[in-house]
Amino acid sequence: MATTQEPAPPVTDRVKRERVVIRFAGDSGDGMQLAGARFTDASAAFGNDLATLPNFPAEIRAPAGTLPGVSAFQIHIAGSDILTPGDSPDVLVAMNPAALKKNLDDVHPGGVLVINTDSFEERNLAKAGYDTNPLEDGSLDGYNVLTAPMDELTKEAVKDSGVKGREVLRSKNFFALGALAWMFDRPRETTLEWVAEKFAGKPAVVAANTAAFKAGYNYGITTEAFAHTTFEVPAADLPSGTYTNVVGNQTIAWGLIAGAQAAGLPLFYASYPITPASDILHELARHKNFGVKTFQAEDEIAAVGIALGASFVGHLGVTGTSGPGVALKSETISLALMAELPLIIIDVQRGGPSTGLPTKTEQSDLMMAIHGRHGEAPLPVVSASSPGDAFEAAIEACRIAVKYMTPVILLSDGYIGTSSEPWLLPDVEALPTFPTSFATEINHDDGFMPYLRDPDSLSRPWAVPGTPGLEHRVGGLEKDQLTGNVSYDPANHEAMTILREEKTKAVAKDIPHIDVGADADADLLVIGWGSTYSAILAGVLNSRAKGLKVANVHLRHLNPFPANLGEVLANYPKVLVPELNRGQLSRLLRAEYLTPTISFGKMQGQPFMAAEIEAKIIECLEA
Amino acid sequence: MTSTYTRQDFQSDQEVRWCPGCGDYTILASVQTFMADTGIPKEDVVFVSGIGCAARFPYYMETYGMHSIHGRAPAIASGIATARPELSVWVVSGDGDALSIGGNHLIHALRRNVNLKILLFNNQIYGLTKGQYSPTSEPGKRTKSSPMGSIDHPFNPVSLALGAEASFVARTLDMDRNHTIETLRAANEHKGSALIEIYQNCNVFNDKAFIELTAKDSRDSNQIRLVHGEKILFDGGTKGVAIEEGRAFVVDVAQYGDDVVHTHDATLSDPSTAFALSRLAHGPHGPTPIGIFRDVERPSYEAAVDAQIAAAREAKGEGDLAAVLRSNSTWTVD
Repeated sequence: MATTQEPAPPVTDRVKRERVVIRFAGDSGDGMQLAGARFTDASAAFGNDLATLPNFPAEIRAPAGTLPGVSAFQIHIAGSDILTPGDSPDVLVAMNPAALKKNLDDVHPGGVLVINTDSFEERNLAKAGYDTNPLEDGSLDGYNVLTAPMDELTKEAVKDSGVKGREVLRSKNFFALGALAWMFDRPRETTLEWVAEKFAGKPAVVAANTAAFKAGYNYGITTEAFAHTTFEVPAADLPSGTYTNVVGNQTIAWGLIAGAQAAGLPLFYASYPITPASDILHELARHKNFGVKTFQAEDEIAAVGIALGASFVGHLGVTGTSGPGVALKSETISLALMAELPLIIIDVQRGGPSTGLPTKTEQSDLMMAIHGRHGEAPLPVVSASSPGDAFEAAIEACRIAVKYMTPVILLSDGYIGTSSEPWLLPDVEALPTFPTSFATEINHDDGFMPYLRDPDSLSRPWAVPGTPGLEHRVGGLEKDQLTGNVSYDPANHEAMTILREEKTKAVAKDIPHIDVGADADADLLVIGWGSTYSAILAGVLNSRAKGLKVANVHLRHLNPFPANLGEVLANYPKVLVPELNRGQLSRLLRAEYLTPTISFGKMQGQPFMAAEIEAKIIECLEA
Repeated sequence: MTSTYTRQDFQSDQEVRWCPGCGDYTILASVQTFMADTGIPKEDVVFVSGIGCAARFPYYMETYGMHSIHGRAPAIASGIATARPELSVWVVSGDGDALSIGGNHLIHALRRNVNLKILLFNNQIYGLTKGQYSPTSEPGKRTKSSPMGSIDHPFNPVSLALGAEASFVARTLDMDRNHTIETLRAANEHKGSALIEIYQNCNVFNDKAFIELTAKDSRDSNQIRLVHGEKILFDGGTKGVAIEEGRAFVVDVAQYGDDVVHTHDATLSDPSTAFALSRLAHGPHGPTPIGIFRDVERPSYEAAVDAQIAAAREAKGEGDLAAVLRSNSTWTVD
């Protein structure tokens, strides 16, 4: 490797690329998620459009250097609108042999590999399962390999910073980040300012990370191999406005705050820590100055019970979890449904069943959300389709819960929850409002009737403790349809069963109809829900670019469906349903509308790639 | 506080449907009398129950109430009390509901010290499901699910509550209305969670379980009344309770004098003495302490929640959503 000093090439020498996919990969302890997040912020500041995908192991810390211990963060940056974190990386940063081994197959042929040579010694090679050193045996000949002894160079760079011992090598992610910042012309101050703020109070750490970052950057400038592998990815032409980079768990938390404000209710979030939903609890716990009450419960069942208790007394009760937690909460969700109280249950889905793939994404809880309770227990189900969209989805869940006095399940997933995208900030003043009106007066000649319904929404009055004269009891036993008193009357039970179903169906009256725009005459409709939004849209756009006539619908409301969905489905000769499950939406559509859907499932714990969708569209249209 | 309520004000229009002769009737009357005497506005009172015979209780109280699901009442009530600290929140539970299916919620509510008053109706049997042994049934108990005798070792609810860091723990008897009301009053005045174990006779499936404590000819010799600040004497003052090396035992006053008799202090911060007292009897068989074991001050959960909200507002001002949305780094596209 040449290490001679050369002047930095002018920016005009940079290879122009419309889009680049970069993956940072290393051991769990190597700080790759942090490096990726910093690169993301710098790219956003630069003006690129972007999408990210973190991919970290379930183990808290698998043995260092092993394949299960590899943690990765992928980012797609582009000069034009992009939808997905990218199918395969153009650039792979591999901090150790395991990271290389685990990720190399995904890299584009001819792609760039940035490798920390210091970790490619016998022990780490053996741990990764390499018999020979891939840096020496010719197996990387098809790639553009850039190497740096990052351990040694980091040690040297930070020697005057004051960090000692094991702390020294903690800064090597900043070395790698510095090198990448050079390669992609990222603004340095975004990262350095973050370091100064994040580690304020730890001057040695600030000094070490700053020194390592600059050393990496300068290494890029001065090292010939790096210097000839620089890229220019132009700023994107995005709709004007102020943007921020968001991950879905954060936007859901913000959406809940917004939804509670819109309803004029205090927000009460009770949760038991679970991957990948815990960050919603963390985010809300930071915002107590909104009056938000967060409650870390003793278990999943307690969490939903606590939230329901809060709703009973006039707060907006919310609980968040993942699939295993929803299973535990199901009895209480049924109680909320029977008592007809607002409650939001967020399911940040992960690979299942059982403990499954806790850190990987999947859409396999749809059937559980819609049907997973004892008895006839219908409730509204809404879904988020991207990190930014999760904000609106959360507000919509709040609206439905309060207006219809019902539990609502909000489906997110690990991909939405943990990945990021630029988000055009909404105008807070223009957000919808749906003020809650509590019952304060006797509503019937015979006294207060807690189950006397609004004829349109079929919603019952919400009379909260503290309201004189409206004392009443709710509970899980079947209710008389007017008084709310316990009733074992057979006809009443049937009437109430149907009423609860009709109430859920009534939600369809105020959700938007599907608009397929100009694609009414397409040969194929691709319909999806949730986090597959971006991959499906990218696949559809790519196939349209090849002249195929493809329509696309993405559902926010999964129960009830939009009122015109049946008509829309009937309009197309073929309907393709891509999902990260074994065809759950597909089966629901078949059951509801007798549509002969084509199910396209993926069960790998990873999002769809746009190319997979495109290939399936072509296959469907050729068949 | 003077109250304009009568007991009838707390009676709902629902027909009470426990078995004739059930101890629950007496407890209901005691609670309604207590509520009327205390004068808490009834719209501020919430009764929460789980499942079981006792769990029907909220339906009979003319207050707000929720008959929830098995074992979960302490969790639901924790949400209620944390959301609205000004409410008077009562949990009605049984030995199966509180100690078996809901054991986890009970211990966590107690350790958090949420401002809940938990009434644990202990009849040492499953009544609603018609007579299986419960987590407080005595070993060897023959029931439909234990025809050869129960092999389960039972909980002592008072010991359990003390172990769960409860700040108020008491025991009373269904038949003793005055003592029940007195105990309810003390629990109500306590800030934080309170557990009252109420020995409750199930005359259908476990009749006379507490007969030693209630029968005229045996009650004086078996009821050990715990009164804060007073020596623990019973059986007409002929017997007392001494504490030695952390263990409580009954002494004959005539033989040893009353200097060795322990003076009850419910406010001791260390729960060891209260625990020792709770170990005097199981079953209950033989002399059994009745009264307030422990009544100590500890910050209550919902007050701490509100204090953090106030501190956050003090430090950061009222929440501003537009500012939060801009809390990550932002950039502008023209």
